[in-house]
Amino acid sequence: MSLSNTESLRYFMPEIVLSLAILAVLVADMLAGGRRRGLNAIMACIGLLVAFAAALLQVGTEPVALFEGMLVLDPFGIFFKLFFTAVTMVIVLVVHPYRELSERYHGEAYVMMLGTVIGMMLLATANNLLMIYLALEMTSLPSYLLTSVLRRDAKSSEAGLKYVLFGAAASGAMVYGMSLFYGMTGSLSIESLHAVLVQGGFPTGAMLVATVFVLAGFGFKISMVPFHSWTPDVYEGASTPVTAFFSVAPKAAGLAVLLRFFSSGLSTVEDGLRQPFAGLDWPFLLAVISAVTMTLGNLAALKQNNVKRMLAYSSIAHAGYMLMGAVLLSDSGLQAILFYLVVYGFMNLGAFLVVIALSAQTRREDFEHYRGLGWRMPLLAVPMAFFMFSLTGIPPFAGFVGKVYLFRAVIEQDLYWLAFVGILNSVVSLYYYMRIVKTMYLDDPGESPLEPIRVPRLHTALILVMAVPTLILGFRFGLLDRLSSYSLRIFTGS
Amino acid sequence: MLSWLTFSPLLVVVPILLTPSEKKNVIRWLAVLGTVPALLLALYIFGSFDRSLAGVNESAGFQYVIQKDWIRSFHIQYYMGIDGLSVSMILLTALLSFLCIFASWGIDRGLKGYFTMFLLLEVGMLGTFLALDFFLFYIFWEIMLLPMYFLIGIWGGPRKVYAAIKFFLFTLFGSVLMLVAMLALYFKAGHSFNLIELMSFDYSSETVRLFGLTMGFAKLMFILLFIGFAIKVPTFPFHTWLPDAHVEAPTAISVILAGVLLKMGAYGMMRISFPIFPDATLWFSGALAVIAMINIVYGALCAMAQTDFKKLVAYSSISHMGFVLLGMASGTTQGMNGAILQMFNHGTITAMLFLLVGVLYDRAHHRDLDGFGGLMSRMPVYGSFSSLAFFAALGLPGLSSFVSELLTLLGGWQTYPAITIVCTTGIILGAAYMLWTLQRVFLGPLNPRYADLPEINRREVFTLVPLAILVIVLGFYPHPVLDLLRTSTNHLVDLVWETGRVSVH
Repeated sequence: MSLSNTESLRYFMPEIVLSLAILAVLVADMLAGGRRRGLNAIMACIGLLVAFAAALLQVGTEPVALFEGMLVLDPFGIFFKLFFTAVTMVIVLVVHPYRELSERYHGEAYVMMLGTVIGMMLLATANNLLMIYLALEMTSLPSYLLTSVLRRDAKSSEAGLKYVLFGAAASGAMVYGMSLFYGMTGSLSIESLHAVLVQGGFPTGAMLVATVFVLAGFGFKISMVPFHSWTPDVYEGASTPVTAFFSVAPKAAGLAVLLRFFSSGLSTVEDGLRQPFAGLDWPFLLAVISAVTMTLGNLAALKQNNVKRMLAYSSIAHAGYMLMGAVLLSDSGLQAILFYLVVYGFMNLGAFLVVIALSAQTRREDFEHYRGLGWRMPLLAVPMAFFMFSLTGIPPFAGFVGKVYLFRAVIEQDLYWLAFVGILNSVVSLYYYMRIVKTMYLDDPGESPLEPIRVPRLHTALILVMAVPTLILGFRFGLLDRLSSYSLRIFTGS
Repeated sequence: MLSWLTFSPLLVVVPILLTPSEKKNVIRWLAVLGTVPALLLALYIFGSFDRSLAGVNESAGFQYVIQKDWIRSFHIQYYMGIDGLSVSMILLTALLSFLCIFASWGIDRGLKGYFTMFLLLEVGMLGTFLALDFFLFYIFWEIMLLPMYFLIGIWGGPRKVYAAIKFFLFTLFGSVLMLVAMLALYFKAGHSFNLIELMSFDYSSETVRLFGLTMGFAKLMFILLFIGFAIKVPTFPFHTWLPDAHVEAPTAISVILAGVLLKMGAYGMMRISFPIFPDATLWFSGALAVIAMINIVYGALCAMAQTDFKKLVAYSSISHMGFVLLGMASGTTQGMNGAILQMFNHGTITAMLFLLVGVLYDRAHHRDLDGFGGLMSRMPVYGSFSSLAFFAALGLPGLSSFVSELLTLLGGWQTYPAITIVCTTGIILGAAYMLWTLQRVFLGPLNPRYADLPEINRREVFTLVPLAILVIVLGFYPHPVLDLLRTSTNHLVDLVWETGRVSVH
């Protein structure tokens, strides 16, 4: 059963709130005329806060299909709505006092971020191929602009252009894959697509081609190999808060749509376990992609001298880790991804916040600038060390628990080879994460600029807000465990 | 009580961090204070420990048990207890930690950070020896890595950065393999991390497919765990991090590293690998004996070639840990008793050796063995302590390591006579390099450069005396330690070698 358009609006509050917030920010920006730049940030924050609350109110509602089956509202979708609004709120608070950005464009930046959030929310709840395509474009278009608007130099323009070209190619491929599915099944709704495909009798080749092409679109957002090559340039070229945003939110959106499409579209449930359709071994495909993604991301990160670029490659590697959970179609795999996403959000945003604090002063992101930081700025360096340990996956930090969830899911299905690839990658990643710790603490402080780095108080507070859960979730994760196991219910629409 | 024992060092961390950096002595004494409760509790346990309970795989046999749910959805428990396998290690850890604070008196830079890290390290060490839940064990095992990395990396010698990251990479590599084994066990044994419960399953018929090959579950997991523990021991060929880490680490950290951390590898095998996989242990024990032999002979030969004092002691540790492995591989009660006793004795003797090297290095600022000579005439007290430690290290009858090495060789002889014969050459080689070193540093004409070297001071003597007493007393009368562990080792040998044989045939 699916609700009609007017009936659905009631379940669409977070998105409506965000749309209103976009208008409010635009109006505030016009009225203030660039003089009171605080106003639009406040508007954006309030909008996000209310949207977060609206999404929170949706927790506990029975899963339901909205807008004639275009969208579904289920715990899985609500989880992502909460995640996107929370992440974006942090980014807005970071952009606000940040001087690297030309202030004139702050208002536009907030508008585009909120637009991206709406797109991502739709992406995480879409249950129709057409809707998926539209939502993906809605996520991508503001992202292209965000890449180059806040920092006006050749590097960021180049990054923006690269992003557009890759994005256009990826979504083109995805539309082609979708058209193949449409041709085979005569339907764009995932629910009826599944109903037709489950009867079998379709050529394996066509199915495989269609799957791979659709995967190109999702993989572009997740930045998984081989659709990752835009990532380092865009991450380096974009202003750092935007990079922080990209490294967490759109990745999560890509994972959300991937999980929903594969689990409710391309698999059947037998004996309580999800199975891929016969002849279409996409779990194996994903397993190989996951292994290649993390290996390539980690190996490339080893040689970087720019911290932002290193974190870009590290985020590719983390996409690979999370894909391990998607390989399995098991509840524990899905739960592991959701759990890891939250942990990853804390530690990766935290690491970027420290990078932002430093580059605001030095305008550079080389390793050199971290020299001796441990002794000069303990309030930045200690959290940074926490984030690095957590990203490596060393106890007692949250990243370790996240990895235990992922490896548990992999080993539960006896996929030992993938587990070995995963753990060896963890060891490799230790080297480059520790390089930052080493530069901060072990290296001779030497001749580095010794003037104190001034960090806005709000920014320090945000770093601590990220650092505390990164530590606490390492030994008290019962609440997050319950949240993620509640949220893994995916509603198929029927 | 075990929670207090484990976490008591953390009590002084906040006061240390709040003390102004200039008040260095206040910080040092606070750190001393931090290690005292653990030492007192360890001594209390030594007094009240019931020597007739075995433990190992019987949950009723553990003493001072704490068992609480930690994370229910994962069935992780906060489960700690003591049996004969761990009690001597607790004593050793608490004693060495206490003494090492005094050995760290010379640290002058970043005192707060140093002692905070040191106390955190002690928590990790004690926790590892006490944990009876695999997950908890793993957490404590890993908690030790971070402080160790910083202690070597910040307060170490010239190549500290290289040594620190090498140590970290090697150990992390081992522990992630252990993580895989831990999670695999979790599923095979009905969703539990409880070590005692894990021991009650028979894994011998389970198989695993990996890269198209089918292999026994128990064997694969045993090897994963073995690599994890072997890196820590360290056994050949995983030993290369040890000399680097030892040479670069500050004195007190070398003592902890050699005295306690190396024991964890062997302890882990006894606590986890052997009782969980008896049949795989039996299957592997021949290889383990060969590895032990390589460790003993190769370590001794390498030690002989060194000119750096610390490197020599580091390689001698590799050699001495080989005896522990030999005893464990033998599958006899003598061997197993000897192995744990050797762990304890090596802990005290190597600690003495590193402390002595530290004393010399603080005065002469180098460790080149050929750069000294005739120090005995200049520093008679120091020389006497050194001679005692050297003779103990080479296994002179009447000193503690003679007993333990003899026991391991006796045990080894019953199972692997040929290998044991080769191993005994290790003792001869040990005597050779130790005596040669003694001769180069202390005898002969006094090197005029060191004519005014000051004698060992009272603080340094204070750190050495308790260890020297232990070395002499346990040489004549090893029963205080042997009584602690005998029941448990008997039980372990029965458990592994009897059940292992049953399931093989």
